Amino acid sequence: MTIPFSYSWKSLWARKATSVLTAAGMALVVYVFATVLMLTEGLKQTLVATGSEDNVILIRKGAETEVQSTIEREQAAIIESAPEIAYAPNGTKLASKEVMVLMTLPKRGSDKPSNVTIRGLSQKGLTLRTQVRLAEGRMFRPGSSEIVAGKKIAENFKGSGIGETMRFGLRDWTVVGVMDAGNTGFSSEIWGDAEQLMQAFRRTAYSAVVARLADVSLLEPFRDRVEADPRMKVEAQRETEFYAEQSEMLANFLEILGMTLSIIFSLGAIIGAVITMYGAVASRTREIGTLRALGFRRGGILSAFLFESSLLGLIGGFAGVALASTMQFLTVSTLNWQTFSELAFTFTMTPAIACQSLVFSLFMGLAGGLLPALRAARMDLIDALRSV
Amino acid sequence: MLLFLRLALRNLLRHKLRTGLTAFGIVIAIVAFALLRTVVDAWYAGAEATSANRLITRNAISLTFPLPISHANRIRQLSGITGLSYSNWFGGVYIDERNFFPQFAVEPKSYLELYPELVLAEAEKTAFIKDRKGAIAGRKLAKQYGWKIGDVIPLRGTIYSGNWSFVLRGIYRGAEKKTDETLFLLHWDNLNETLKKTDPNRAERVGVFVLRIDRVDRAAELSDAVDRLFQNSLAETLTETEEAFQLGFVAMTEAILIAIKIVSFVVVAIIMAVMANTMAMSTRERRREYATLKAVGFGSRYLLSLILGESLVLSIGSGVLGILATFPAAGFLATKFGTLFPVFELSLQTMGLGMLASCLIGFTAALFPAWRVITLPVSEGLRSIG
Repeated sequence: MTIPFSYSWKSLWARKATSVLTAAGMALVVYVFATVLMLTEGLKQTLVATGSEDNVILIRKGAETEVQSTIEREQAAIIESAPEIAYAPNGTKLASKEVMVLMTLPKRGSDKPSNVTIRGLSQKGLTLRTQVRLAEGRMFRPGSSEIVAGKKIAENFKGSGIGETMRFGLRDWTVVGVMDAGNTGFSSEIWGDAEQLMQAFRRTAYSAVVARLADVSLLEPFRDRVEADPRMKVEAQRETEFYAEQSEMLANFLEILGMTLSIIFSLGAIIGAVITMYGAVASRTREIGTLRALGFRRGGILSAFLFESSLLGLIGGFAGVALASTMQFLTVSTLNWQTFSELAFTFTMTPAIACQSLVFSLFMGLAGGLLPALRAARMDLIDALRSV
Repeated sequence: MLLFLRLALRNLLRHKLRTGLTAFGIVIAIVAFALLRTVVDAWYAGAEATSANRLITRNAISLTFPLPISHANRIRQLSGITGLSYSNWFGGVYIDERNFFPQFAVEPKSYLELYPELVLAEAEKTAFIKDRKGAIAGRKLAKQYGWKIGDVIPLRGTIYSGNWSFVLRGIYRGAEKKTDETLFLLHWDNLNETLKKTDPNRAERVGVFVLRIDRVDRAAELSDAVDRLFQNSLAETLTETEEAFQLGFVAMTEAILIAIKIVSFVVVAIIMAVMANTMAMSTRERRREYATLKAVGFGSRYLLSLILGESLVLSIGSGVLGILATFPAAGFLATKFGTLFPVFELSLQTMGLGMLASCLIGFTAALFPAWRVITLPVSEGLRSIG
């Protein structure tokens, strides 16, 4: 005969203040655990979504980011003419020769400067980025000093809202549009005409070439061929992989920090649960004796108390996950160390994270309840009944 | 007072397991709190170690844009500038990407003059200045990789492509505790000569100029003077004090810093919940005793101080243990982080904050149970069972 679950629930309810405090401690731990996972997930999703499966990106060998890379005009022309690259409907190659620079812009409100990515590209570059659409205004006109700003940049940085101007390279640049690239890295970039930007920054070389392959399976032969070409030293990567790599350092840091904290915190929360459950066992000694006298087995007592503590953990877990879910409205804008440029990303809750957090809280509850439950189960019947 | 302490201790010892667990919890919380604050401090260490008489001039567009070396002569002519050097961020990879440490290509003689806190034996200094393929490293960095003078250090260029190798000519130590001992300095000339051959467009350029000014209070005026020299030129400059320059880096990663700060307070909050729980339980058990005390004639103030005393003894005692435990923990983390943080030291301020936090924990944990005891009618208290 097992002890009904309602017994455990009622016991928790009978000691509301203590139960709430313990569950609150666990909820905070789960909250921290979940938000760190959400942050790392958001960062990864943002950068992975920035690239497209079908696109390939070429940068100078040894360079880790587009900003560090240089590709001379002749080299870019050689790459563009590769037979593996797809044709646009008008018969030209679907390859975009791009220039990328970092510029320091002051943030709105605080005036603190941060590095913003400026990408110079051509009409083809726009075609290659199907995930980017205009939220407001229009695209820049080729050959003009017009730029469009990513949504996150327009919100956060001075002079980058529609109609505003910013000055660099001895010219004023007008923001004529705001682009919405969803949760991708492009929302943290400013785009303009490649040739104009190269003139302004006195650059003679491109940074990268982005191209669409005629067929995804051509990636390997294409890569082998360009990387073996003695006329240039370039590396070709699938765009999704390239961007995923750009998040590694920050993601690793967040993960290490988050996991260390979660372990330390969970120790605190488990201790809280141990204290609570020991207290519960101690104050119900007579009750336990009575239950045993009624014929409930030691195993039944053990599971009743374990159930009580896991319930405590789960309540905390659900509260923590609920609390963490509200973080989804927040966007974090920070410097990505690898690219040295500003990147905005959001806390992203996924079913996997919710599950992990709940399992974590259940584990905390069980770990906290184990010793007290054992004590309750091993209690001597006669002594228990006799205690006050 | 002594009697009081004894009473508090006795009460704590009544439930050794619970007291021990709570103390352990507080120790963990204080360690976590202190470590997080130390990470935050380490972040600002770069700015702390700056000198007020140094200015940094960089390209106004962003740090990733170089400045022509020809700017140097025009800056030197300004009165008030007493020294000038320059450096380029080299950004090479040592063996693999995980081994990160800052590398700068500098003009050795003037650079070491401007940074007297990098202390180098005279012989090592001359050896470095003379050898264009030479380099020097900080003590901490050399220790991390077990480098000795004369070792050849290979770096794979990311910004300046190719495979480079440098001969370690000296190991400097910091004049002060906060001096960064993780730098790797090589010859700017060496870099420039190679660029002239391989990538002439990028030769004759420097990342930043470091200027020394004669009087600290002229920093703003001289910064302006430098920037005015190059206004509307192809390479406009932005000059600021070294501290502002370093803080600029910190500000860029501010979001993470804020998160760490928030988390460090959440730790305290969690442990407050645990501690309050313990106090609530121990007072609930003793309701009858407190009611007896009240019936005998002890006032609420006495009861309050009794409960508060017990709570504070536990929390402050554990707080002290926590601070003590932080030292080995911080030492362990410092070796884990390696050269990621140039300085990783537990500060006095952090210790003070840790103690303050433990007092706060003890205080708030006692409030609610004490209030319950004080407002509870005597008759009901006497009637209650554990």
